[in-house]
Amino acid sequence: MQSLTAPQRDQEELLGNIRGRKFRDRLFAFAGLMSLLFALITLLALVVDLAMTGGPRLSYEFFTNFPSRFAERAGILSAWVGSLCIMLTTAFCAIPVGVAAGTYLEEYAPKNWVTQLIELNILNLAGIPSITFGLMALGIFVYKLGLGHSILTAGLTLGLLVLPIVIVTTREAIRAIPNSIREASYAVGASKWQTIRYHILPYSSGGIMTGVIISLSRAIGETAPIITIGALTFVAFLPTSPVKPDFPFVSFQWLKDPFTALPIQMFNWLSRPQEEFHVNAAATGIVLLLMTLLLNGIAIYIRYRFRKKMKW
Amino acid sequence: MPKSSNSRKLSEFTAANHPVRRLRRLKERSIEAILFAAAASSVLVTVGIVFILVSEALPFFQTVSLKQFFGDTEWTPLFDNAHYGIWPLLCGTFLTTFIALLVAIPLGTITAAYLSEYSAPRAREILKPILEMLAAVPTVVYGFFALTFVTPLLQKVFPEMGGFNVLSAGLVMGIMIVPYVSSLSEDAMRSVANHLREASFAMGASRFQTVFRVVIPSAFSGVTSAYILGISRALGETMVVAIAAGLQPNLTLNPLEPSATITAFIVQVSMGDLPYGSLGYRSIYVAGLTLLIVTLSFNILGMWLRKKYSETGG
Repeated sequence: MQSLTAPQRDQEELLGNIRGRKFRDRLFAFAGLMSLLFALITLLALVVDLAMTGGPRLSYEFFTNFPSRFAERAGILSAWVGSLCIMLTTAFCAIPVGVAAGTYLEEYAPKNWVTQLIELNILNLAGIPSITFGLMALGIFVYKLGLGHSILTAGLTLGLLVLPIVIVTTREAIRAIPNSIREASYAVGASKWQTIRYHILPYSSGGIMTGVIISLSRAIGETAPIITIGALTFVAFLPTSPVKPDFPFVSFQWLKDPFTALPIQMFNWLSRPQEEFHVNAAATGIVLLLMTLLLNGIAIYIRYRFRKKMKW
Repeated sequence: MPKSSNSRKLSEFTAANHPVRRLRRLKERSIEAILFAAAASSVLVTVGIVFILVSEALPFFQTVSLKQFFGDTEWTPLFDNAHYGIWPLLCGTFLTTFIALLVAIPLGTITAAYLSEYSAPRAREILKPILEMLAAVPTVVYGFFALTFVTPLLQKVFPEMGGFNVLSAGLVMGIMIVPYVSSLSEDAMRSVANHLREASFAMGASRFQTVFRVVIPSAFSGVTSAYILGISRALGETMVVAIAAGLQPNLTLNPLEPSATITAFIVQVSMGDLPYGSLGYRSIYVAGLTLLIVTLSFNILGMWLRKKYSETGG
């Protein structure tokens, strides 16, 4: 038997221990909140800094003027038109291939080494630095295939860059569809492709759209790969119009035109020593940021809507 | 009864070798082949990247010896008095990556643990997408932020620091990488089975102890892949360093000095007009190949770690 004071001492110690652990618990919760806040405040500081510096520069003329030697007169017309053209080409390149690849891997692919190789490869491709894609494009598209420093080259490059995003989101969207849908379709005599074409793809279109929009928002902000393929930094002209007066009325000449894009224009203004151009850079940054945030917002909204609407 | 059109139609479905069925089979097969080609094209991209990097980089070593490449301490391939030592670029790359990770890993892990274990589900639903906005901001905008906001702020603390420096580029890059680390880590932590947490609580462990002794070790493979992804992002990140860190290759470990990373060098050279096949043109492929090798070795290390720890059930 121990002395009478021993249990009391133990109790004191235990209480102290619990207090200590509760304190550490609360301290960590506080640290967690703080680190979250730190990240969010940085984001806020970035937005406010950008808005304060560049906000006054935003005007109608800013969107309709070409770049200029004079900071006050310079605008982003060629840059946003270029960005738009590149995004269009990127979408045309990445969506069909990405969706097809995702469908194959989810619906057809047998479990063998070829499939494994492809899956491993997609995983790895997502980890390759984006500038490496630019180097590949410069070597293959610009010099080997002779596509030149054109919108087509830029679109193809970014299309390949965002391909893994489209593939992965397509696969996730398809995987979420329960097997009963497939079985019902087969039960009424549909073939595999009919099942995919009329059931699987329409039902997963929400998820696929999310992936496509996310990948486009990624593509619009990418700078490094399109600098590498030789985007011009001073473009005072627009690409050829896609519509022409005579037959066949559509022209693809614009694909072959040299270009600039919003992030390139911003980088160019930012790397000049004059402060006035930094204001222009900030204004371009606002446009760029608004576009990415808008696209991401749409993606989140679509994901939310589809999650609510479809309950299997 | 003579053959009616109906019975002919039925045979399309029953006869194994009916031309209509053969045609359908052919259609199904060709669609499968097209889809397979799309999937396989991703491998083609990788092959293309590796092929072009190696084939454009190799002729570089006919002029520059490996001894110069690994032995020299200066990287000035475009100067008249050219030096081809890769170390300054590697040093700049690793230094910025190190600073970025110093920010991103603690912040990302703590945030992930907080979101997964402490915060209410509703709060998490709102906070996580907002945090992911950090990853959506174009990198050139981060470069602007580093140059015009963070650097002047840091200059108040370190008055001797120049306008271009590794520190502010690294810090901003770290913030940028936080969501990559936190999002994946959070997913991994949340997928840890609840009975493990309950067992820990039942033994009287606090939430803090549960997080560090049970949840994080159980989610180790997921957390590791989040770190690896963060590292590859930091190694390959281009615009922040090209804007804020300066473009002078500098063999230094002092974060207050300007320096250049591999990616920044590629951007700098690409802005100029390089003739195809020249030594300068080759040098960006050599730099790119080096970057790819470094990034790939980290990815492989990550895969190996993940495999090792998921096999032991860690």
